[in-house]
Amino acid sequence: MKIGRGAVPAWPAGRSAPILGEETSPLQSVRQIFSVSDLTRNIRFLLEENFSAIWVEGEISNFKLHSSGHSYFSLKDETTQIQCVMFRRENQSLQFELKEQLKVICFGKVSVYPVRGQYQLYVERAEPKGIGALGLRFQELKEKLRKEGLFDETHKKEIPYLPGKIALVTSVDGAALRDILNVLNRRFQNAHILIYPVEVQGVGAAESIVEAIENLNENGLADVMIVGRGGGSLEDLWAFNEEITARAIFNSEIPVISAVGHEVDFTIADFVADLRAPTPSAAAEIVMPLKEDLLLKVSYSKERLFQAVVGLLKTWKQELKQLKESYSLKNPLAIFEIQFQRLDELRKNLKYFFQALIKYKEEKLSSLIGQLEALGPLATLKRGFSVSLQLPNEKVIVSSSQLQLGDKVKTKLQKGFFISEVQETHP
Amino acid sequence: MSQETKEIPFENALKKLEAVVQSLENGDLSLEEALKQYEEGVHMADLCTKRLSEAEKRVEVLIKTDAGKLKAVPFEEESTKKRKK
Repeated sequence: MKIGRGAVPAWPAGRSAPILGEETSPLQSVRQIFSVSDLTRNIRFLLEENFSAIWVEGEISNFKLHSSGHSYFSLKDETTQIQCVMFRRENQSLQFELKEQLKVICFGKVSVYPVRGQYQLYVERAEPKGIGALGLRFQELKEKLRKEGLFDETHKKEIPYLPGKIALVTSVDGAALRDILNVLNRRFQNAHILIYPVEVQGVGAAESIVEAIENLNENGLADVMIVGRGGGSLEDLWAFNEEITARAIFNSEIPVISAVGHEVDFTIADFVADLRAPTPSAAAEIVMPLKEDLLLKVSYSKERLFQAVVGLLKTWKQELKQLKESYSLKNPLAIFEIQFQRLDELRKNLKYFFQALIKYKEEKLSSLIGQLEALGPLATLKRGFSVSLQLPNEKVIVSSSQLQLGDKVKTKLQKGFFISEVQETHP
Repeated sequence: MSQETKEIPFENALKKLEAVVQSLENGDLSLEEALKQYEEGVHMADLCTKRLSEAEKRVEVLIKTDAGKLKAVPFEEESTKKRKK
């Protein structure tokens, strides 16, 4: 059953519609009584036929993401709102997050939720307002460059700590330039800044930014550059989402800090830059340390240096003083005196030892002599015994068989000796 | 790169200075070595201070000459604005 607009049962011509509370109606016989379901079904058909594929723009409110993955919210403008539902399947293909107060454009159909008799928008697709085609291009380029590795951390160059020369690639009459110059002036008054004026929006903006980056590199004009502009719409910021801009930043030998728009604005330039600053002012703070901090750091280090050396000198002086006052340095002969004393002692000991040794030897000698005297032949001779020796070899004669007749014999007495000749032998 | 980077950059001088302070504070150096280090440290500190104060304030803007070449001229916000107007 299909009912078109105005296709609800018509009243007979010339008669007005029945007024509520009218007691009797001549049309009772032709009146058509709907069940609630039928009526609702009819309404649903009406709505679906007329609003089956529509775009609606509005602000999200009362946003609820159910655990089932479906989300429920209202779209509203200044005076009116409409209930919306977005089922899980559609939710999953969303490129951004639906949230309270976000202005969106939704695509879908209007239909009825019969359980509550409530008409609502069944959202199939949603886009943040103002993105559309540009948003799509942004996503596509971002994905392409990411795959190529242009965003890889390994390509990020280090930002010099205290750059000698800072180039600002931005518009000369933009808010960004004023902000950056103010911050730089506050942080480090004698910085060397080179402004490279470029167009930051409109036709040819990307080309002029690219030219600036390339020129700065070719001529080695800076140690670091800030490329950016103040806030604006997505269209305004578009030069920083162009592929040529991204590639120029990637190819730059000079480190690039991107500083585009506000903190919430992300551009392709931000992803490919060596460092992304949330705002132009922040870029200036990142690129230039506070001069006072540095001066303080240096003077503190210098003081510590001085203290360290003074400390070392004090220690050495103390050590030197101790050495100077030490016993041996004060009485250099003391060492020798001790040695002399020791030498004397040794000498004394040696002398004593020799004396003792000699005495011992003398005593030993006289005792031996005594023994010798007691046992020796001289004492025997004293007592009248004599000793006879055979000549010529003076061999002691102890037996007569040693002798031949006529042999000469030497006989030793206590005093002197005599020679005799053998006349007889007897055994 | 610009002239400044060819000399010892501020950061390196500061790092060197801090390293010297560290080694002197540790204290196990010979007198000769310590004095050498001290001299080096003072030199670095002076260099750092010099780096911080030597550069004159300079804000320049690049303009294209008639020959199409780039030329850096002093930047004054007011004059630029007037020129723009």
